[in-house]
Amino acid sequence: MAPLRRHRAVAALALAAALATACGSPGQDAAKANGTQDSVDAALKAGGTITYWTWTPSAKAQVAAFEQEYPNVKVNLVNAGTGNDEYTKLQNAVKAGSGGPDVAQIEYQALPQFALPGSLVDLNQYGFGTFQKDYTPSTWTSVNVGSGLYGLPQDSGPMALFYNKEDFDKYGIAVPKTWDEYLDAAKKLHAADPTKFITSDNGDAGFTTSMIWQAGGHPFSTDGRNVKINLNDAGAQKWTKVWDQLVQGKLLSTVKGWSDDWYRELGDGTIATLVTGAWMPGVFKSSVAAGSGKWAVAPMPTYDGQPVSAENGGSAQSVLKQSQNPTLAAAFVRWLNHGNGIKSFIASGGFPSTTADLNAPAFLDATDPYFGGQKINQVLTAASGAVAKGWSYLPYQLYANSIYNDTVGKSYLNGTPIEGGLKAWQSALVDYGNQQGFTVSAG
Amino acid sequence: MSLYLLYTLIPLVWLVISATKTQPDLLSTPGLSFGGVFALFDNIRQTFTYDNGVFLRWLGNTLLYVVVGAGGATILATAAGYGLAKYRFRGRQAVFAVVLGAIAVPATALAVPTFLLFSRLGLTDTPLAVIIPSLISPFGLYLIWVYATDAIPDEMMEAARIDGAGEIRIFLAVTLRQLVPGIVTVALFAVVSTWNNYFLPLIMLSDPNWFPLTVGLNQWSAQAIGAGAQPIYHLVITGSLLTIIPLVIAFLFLQRFWQSGLTAGSVKQ
Repeated sequence: MAPLRRHRAVAALALAAALATACGSPGQDAAKANGTQDSVDAALKAGGTITYWTWTPSAKAQVAAFEQEYPNVKVNLVNAGTGNDEYTKLQNAVKAGSGGPDVAQIEYQALPQFALPGSLVDLNQYGFGTFQKDYTPSTWTSVNVGSGLYGLPQDSGPMALFYNKEDFDKYGIAVPKTWDEYLDAAKKLHAADPTKFITSDNGDAGFTTSMIWQAGGHPFSTDGRNVKINLNDAGAQKWTKVWDQLVQGKLLSTVKGWSDDWYRELGDGTIATLVTGAWMPGVFKSSVAAGSGKWAVAPMPTYDGQPVSAENGGSAQSVLKQSQNPTLAAAFVRWLNHGNGIKSFIASGGFPSTTADLNAPAFLDATDPYFGGQKINQVLTAASGAVAKGWSYLPYQLYANSIYNDTVGKSYLNGTPIEGGLKAWQSALVDYGNQQGFTVSAG
Repeated sequence: MSLYLLYTLIPLVWLVISATKTQPDLLSTPGLSFGGVFALFDNIRQTFTYDNGVFLRWLGNTLLYVVVGAGGATILATAAGYGLAKYRFRGRQAVFAVVLGAIAVPATALAVPTFLLFSRLGLTDTPLAVIIPSLISPFGLYLIWVYATDAIPDEMMEAARIDGAGEIRIFLAVTLRQLVPGIVTVALFAVVSTWNNYFLPLIMLSDPNWFPLTVGLNQWSAQAIGAGAQPIYHLVITGSLLTIIPLVIAFLFLQRFWQSGLTAGSVKQ
């Protein structure tokens, strides 16, 4: 997801607030944990009011369906801002000790930042740990931080290759299966029509981490307050070797992601492919009407031709520690992401994390007119099963993303090797983490 | 000069033209040319009705924050600035130092501490959390102070005292009129800064029902990004255009006081 420059100050302030609370007393709810879902069922019967912060477009229909099913429960739905805006408010509420919601939508990349300082309820105490088998391994890993379960996964973003079939057919380019073929396709396309580019990228932290993830890299690992950062491991090197050639060969459109120009270039064939999360079809349909019938989906190119994918984006719903009614809040989360809430989520174009829904015949066999009648969910579901294992984000990933443009972004701008930018990013992250009270080591 | 005109006008022209386009046209036609359909009125209607008319609510909130916040800031700055300029009392130098110091601290740096303070008071997520900090305008106070020192001759106040007027009456009936150009300037600054205030309400408010236009429009803009994106750039742009209209009107209206005030003089010195 595109880091927004104007949020930099906000993210930094929010993070300072988060880390200041990191020294609080953790684990006080361990005593009341019983590990079964009886209390959750009882809370649903008893009813009450909870507040839910989210920005997902599916929320309205979900809350309406929930309140119809459980008339005793009132859900106060608040759109407290998208992504970083919401996290800023969450951090402030956590620091102040009040003012936060009962349930909040939190992206996987931001979850450790809230989970590690003890701001979120460990859902294992309600027995939600038994749901493990129902989710894709990558999303389940994302909501488990340390030994705690800090949310249930909602949407997921296994990556795939979205390509403009019209462009590919016109210039006789085969759909690339490996990154080498992708590189060739980029050169061929740009040579055939210099106004066209294989994809757009001017430096995006979320994309970079996903690409290192796919290449088998594990740049961040956290053990309590100890953090290791290695942005120059084998995976990172694999990725930069390919991507450097695209950046330095000026084979990428430098239009800013999610801008109106970007949407325009996706529609008129200027950008020929996107390597991104499985939630993208909804964006295509709502925002790139001009591309209807032209686009298709294929597995993400890999380094050796064997199917490997990574996650890009996606979020979970978590229960805040300061909730007055955490059991009811947990009940709502269970309904949202392990119950009937998933139906309205899929109906509104969301890409779920539950294996049963991903493999349902109706879901797999659905043909999509936007993508020329292709059964795109077959490709996307396969991607969700092929996500590389063992990934984790930094406990201050939001801050990391906010300074990405000052470091790696410069490599893009100047056409210098990305490796240098990653080194600068790493040393800034080591310094920052140590200042914030983590013990951070490089390499 | 013409370069400067271009620099200031082109964004405005772009905004006006873009507000006449539909969302698909906005994404498929160049910035400074009109789209296929003239959709300005439809866009305005949609802006006011989207999401149960929340835009109107935000407009009302902004007006509330401006009238109470900027209005209160102007009154407080006028009274305090006048008092500091025209009366001698103990601690005046200390006030001077505090005011100058306050001007030097950026409001953004104070936002998080202010949030924690208001959270203790239980005022976050209420309109008061935006209004109360807006009431304090050290810069406005300083401006009135400097202005009053020059614009109001001590002789005039002495003449009024000899005629038997009390200090309050002198302020309201005699000197206030002299201060009008200064007050209008302070009011303009306060109105513009409250109207455009983004960071403070962003931090303080989480309920969209209390958002001002700045935060609300940014929320609309942000929903174009990421998974489940629903871009409504045409409404963001139309909303932005509608948002600057009241400011333009305020400027045109207040300008008259400004000009007439500049010629005001009362005592030959």
